[in-house]
Amino acid sequence: MSVIDLVPYEEALASYDPVMGLEVHVELGTKTKMFCGCATVPGAEPNTQVCPTCLGLPGSLPVVNAIGVESAIRIGLALNCDIAEWCRFARKNYFYPDMPKNFQTSQYDEPIAFNGYLDVELEDGEVFRVEIERAHMEEDTGKSTHVGGATGRIHGAEYSLLDYNRAGIPLIEIVTKPIVGAGDRAPEVARAYVAELRELIRALGVSEARMDMGQMRCDVNLSLMPKGADKFGTRSETKNVNSLRSVERAARFEIQRHAAVLNEGGTIVQETRHFHEDNGTTTSGRIKEEAEDYRYFPEPDLVPVAPAREWVEQLRGELPELPRLRRQRLQSEWGISAVEMQSALNAGAIDLILATIDAGAPADQARKWWLGELARRANEDGVELAELPITPAQVARVSALVAEGKLTDKLARQVIEGVLAGEGGPDEVVAKRGLAVVSDDSALGDAIDAALAAQPDVADKIRSGKFAAAGALVGAVMKATRGQADAARVKELIFEKLGVTPE
Amino acid sequence: MPGITREEVAHLARLSRLELKSEELDHFAEQLNDIVDAVARVSEIAAEDVPPTSHPLPLTNVMRADEVRPSLRPDEVLAAAPAAEEQRFRVPQILGED
Repeated sequence: MSVIDLVPYEEALASYDPVMGLEVHVELGTKTKMFCGCATVPGAEPNTQVCPTCLGLPGSLPVVNAIGVESAIRIGLALNCDIAEWCRFARKNYFYPDMPKNFQTSQYDEPIAFNGYLDVELEDGEVFRVEIERAHMEEDTGKSTHVGGATGRIHGAEYSLLDYNRAGIPLIEIVTKPIVGAGDRAPEVARAYVAELRELIRALGVSEARMDMGQMRCDVNLSLMPKGADKFGTRSETKNVNSLRSVERAARFEIQRHAAVLNEGGTIVQETRHFHEDNGTTTSGRIKEEAEDYRYFPEPDLVPVAPAREWVEQLRGELPELPRLRRQRLQSEWGISAVEMQSALNAGAIDLILATIDAGAPADQARKWWLGELARRANEDGVELAELPITPAQVARVSALVAEGKLTDKLARQVIEGVLAGEGGPDEVVAKRGLAVVSDDSALGDAIDAALAAQPDVADKIRSGKFAAAGALVGAVMKATRGQADAARVKELIFEKLGVTPE
Repeated sequence: MPGITREEVAHLARLSRLELKSEELDHFAEQLNDIVDAVARVSEIAAEDVPPTSHPLPLTNVMRADEVRPSLRPDEVLAAAPAAEEQRFRVPQILGED
């Protein structure tokens, strides 16, 4: 593979307009597969969740999962799509060992949902409408393990091992119309779209949409056309881009790569490309097969799906509050800016903050802890905020201890550290580490006496009305008590001892 | 209706991962042509008032509740596998891919 010199991003965008198409596969969280009753438990022993139907054995017949269809309709409705009055499944024929049937049951020219849109909000609050071409039902493929060769990849492998537990798990594929007009914000739009879609899928409760677990996967189609042109260029399709950050990076890399090829008078090959998380580049995959090579035809073993209008309207009526509207509502309830809300969303903190408020914490405190100390820790550990070993109720308890004056912010951070380290709940950590604020007057009295004795000049200043000077004495007491004193109480006691009453 | 060519048979064979000899390409092109001709006779009878159909029964919305049914045991699953390893199907090197 030849190494190409990428065109700097700004330079590429000065000459070309990017056009993107995003294909997102969502694995539904149904109990069973799309066309058979096999379980879908993640992490099961290989080939323990397969049956004659998902193995494609002779004589087996598929029957569609009602929740699979319902979920597809709900996703379609949430994406403002039309719902087909009548549609069929189709066989997508290809010979590859990840499907034992030698075809994938999918939908072709009759998707269950089509013609919708999703409004996505960029960092600065600008709203960009992404048009949806279609959402259709299909099934996932099996998992291959490549054996031999240097890297465990297909290349150079001697043979492959197949586990079909995943084969047949319901997938909804959501395809955008060409996204034009995003200009230099195209990578940002791609990321924001996938992020918003993920929120939507989670709000609908049809999947946890964990990208790191492959429950949501994105293919990024990208092409460039010279500025002012109206004919799309040839596209590349970067497969299985599996984090929000990677979606943005993949789009950015492809813009720079396409520009480099086009600037040199080359032509873009229509192909699939692999994204590499480690360095943010893509490399050539296989030459894309033409749609006709899949020899789609209507699935003869399944009858058409014709969702009754009453059912569709009932599902529409039961849709949850959509994430963007919910964020707008929470933003005004919490009294924060759009940018602050966006950062809460990006950190995956909204539901955690809400749960913390539900557990009794004030909104500003809930936000402060999740977006401050805890976001920092999650970032350091490279995990999602929700994966930190601390619950919203525990954060609320820390917040309550601070409000009651039993912890200072500094001590509270140590308590959180203890909870994250598995030392128990907040109260347990306070007890074990001896972190409670010293506000017991007698315990503080000695430290205050010592501070007054050590700094008689400061004491005189306070007596003469320079109350701000008390800071130096408070600092000395805090130091003497290793930060465990209640600073406000210390100040009160100092004034009391000196017999002054500050305004 | 144009007939099926040798090249189309070769293309189909590649998609189906079948290795065909030169004389087989001609042989199958002829056979496929006969099949296509036979099927084409249906359209002589089906007028415009007969919609294309993929299913002989006037059924829609046959669905199943999302309830788990027993799967096969792994030894049953792998019983007919030409090769297995680590409770997985073992398949030859996947060619034509990188």
